[in-house]
Amino acid sequence: MMKNNNYLIGVFSDEDVLLKGVKYVREAGVKIHECYTPYPVHGLGHALGYKRSRLPIAAFIFGVLGTSLALLMQYYMMGIDWPMIIGGKNYTSLPTFFPVTFELTVLLSAFGMVITFLVVSDLRPYGKAKVFDLRATDDKHIMAIDLGKNKQTEFSQIKKILQDSGAVEVNEKSL
Amino acid sequence: MEITSSVRKPLVTGGKTIHDVTEDICRHVEGKPTVSWLLALATSLGVLVIGAYALVMTLWDGIGMWGLNKTVGWAWDITNFVWWVGIGHAGTLISAVLLLFRQKWRTSINRAAEAMTIFAVICAAMFPVIHMGRPWLGFYWALPLPNTFGSLWVNFNSPLLWDVFAISTYFSVSLVFWYIGLVPDFASIRDRAKGIVSKTVYGALSLGWTGSAKAWERYESVSLILAGLATPLVLSVHTIVSFDFATSVIPGWHTTIFPPYFVAGAIFSGFAMVLTLMLITRKVYKLEDYITINHIELMNIIIIVTGSIVGVAYLTELFMAWYSGVEYEQYAFLNRATGPYWWAYATMMTCNVISPQLFWFKKIRTNIVATFILSIVVNIGMWFERFVIIVTSLHRDYLPSSWAMFTPTLYDVGVYLFTFGLFFTCFFLFAKFFPVINMAEVKAILRSSSEKTTGKDPVETGNVLKPTPKEA
Repeated sequence: MMKNNNYLIGVFSDEDVLLKGVKYVREAGVKIHECYTPYPVHGLGHALGYKRSRLPIAAFIFGVLGTSLALLMQYYMMGIDWPMIIGGKNYTSLPTFFPVTFELTVLLSAFGMVITFLVVSDLRPYGKAKVFDLRATDDKHIMAIDLGKNKQTEFSQIKKILQDSGAVEVNEKSL
Repeated sequence: MEITSSVRKPLVTGGKTIHDVTEDICRHVEGKPTVSWLLALATSLGVLVIGAYALVMTLWDGIGMWGLNKTVGWAWDITNFVWWVGIGHAGTLISAVLLLFRQKWRTSINRAAEAMTIFAVICAAMFPVIHMGRPWLGFYWALPLPNTFGSLWVNFNSPLLWDVFAISTYFSVSLVFWYIGLVPDFASIRDRAKGIVSKTVYGALSLGWTGSAKAWERYESVSLILAGLATPLVLSVHTIVSFDFATSVIPGWHTTIFPPYFVAGAIFSGFAMVLTLMLITRKVYKLEDYITINHIELMNIIIIVTGSIVGVAYLTELFMAWYSGVEYEQYAFLNRATGPYWWAYATMMTCNVISPQLFWFKKIRTNIVATFILSIVVNIGMWFERFVIIVTSLHRDYLPSSWAMFTPTLYDVGVYLFTFGLFFTCFFLFAKFFPVINMAEVKAILRSSSEKTTGKDPVETGNVLKPTPKEA
């Protein structure tokens, strides 16, 4: 019955128990596939050993791209391609370029970051959600353990560890 | 029931559990439309259709249908534009600025406030577009697109072009911010859905969200950065809108105080509109446990602060007009207060400066009926503020030979009605088919901010069925 795509699912009803449970399961030498929670549980990523998200860096890079594009566009259009001399004023005056530059910086930064977020998180319309337990988006916290990746530990032992970690229910699921 | 903090009031009352939150909010999405909702939608659609007639006639015959003349070339259209944009601002303020300031009370109201922003900005953007007369050509005129006129580009020295960039960026970033917040809640609805239609639709909308720890971590990172981007953005938008006036040489417009004063006014009117909408939604959807008197009071306090800033700005304008020693400037302000549009000025002063001061009384700011009435009064006042700035400054400027009066035609009124119809139709559809309260975020604050919180170990309070893990 132990196939590669078999999972053990621990159902938790409290975030604090989940946090302690994650630590307990990891210390017992069991690899956790992923936890699913109905709302962001602070410290869960740290407990699972995740590195900090690098999305801020993406946002910064896209922002710099927006600034440069906006300045280049305005400089080219107003200064080179079609200089508009109004009242003898300088036609490539940086101060009047600021509003548009600011807006395009924000626009590219926001869109670039959000698109990066959707791509790295594999979120897309009609994206197939890998749902282990429907209650994960309601009020239960789910800890999924991929049995295929925990071959060195006995099935019954993993089940025991999961039960001891504070899970209200332990279910099996193949996906 | 025990309240943990003696300083802070609970944000969610009624001893709700996490499951109750899902039930309370999803019920309205899953249930059949009620008669009152259908009536409300029919009314707003009716207004939309009546307004659409005025809009079509304006586009067919040109904006000569409006009451504009050579002197007053901008009147209701730009008044409505600035008013709607201002209303939009509270949504971003609630969702972005209050997120940065770690104000947890935003969670119950941010979703609806952001929806209000989106719809208000759509209504706002309609006016400059219609004012172009031939909006189908507007793309060439407003956006730097290659065109058949040769190498002729838009003018980046013009505040009106800055508006194009500001409004479109504001709209799209707000839309993305709102949608990213909706994704986890759509997933909740998808996982509860029974019908094929709702499964398919919410399945598509939820983008395959599972609520994994990794996704939540990225989600929080994205929300925080979007808030950090949206905060200066929202300030820049109304600042740039105020530049439409401030960079000109018309007495009454050419004022350095405009950017901060417009931003304060926008927050002021935006919060008033949030209150108007939320008080109705709260009543109809029985959300009294989520949008509590505490929320209403906090919003009213923001109204006192921003209303007072607006009041100070009016007085500063008067002082600067006198102190500048410029006779045109002095006349412009004397004419505002005592000229033919004195009644508009008086309405503005009464509604914006005097009426919000009533919120200093705790009895008034915690009273729902009083808050509802005053929120509408504030919105009327803010509309008149824009009208006063625009029309009274334009109708008498440097040349007495060109002085004129502005009278709106039925088409001016009709197009304004159209945007009302559009706004409320969108809002009612949102309230029926989308979760009106951000479930995920309310759930996240439930432990620390609900009435049920005791601060004790969750096992003792019965929130958990099983004991905590044995120490390894």
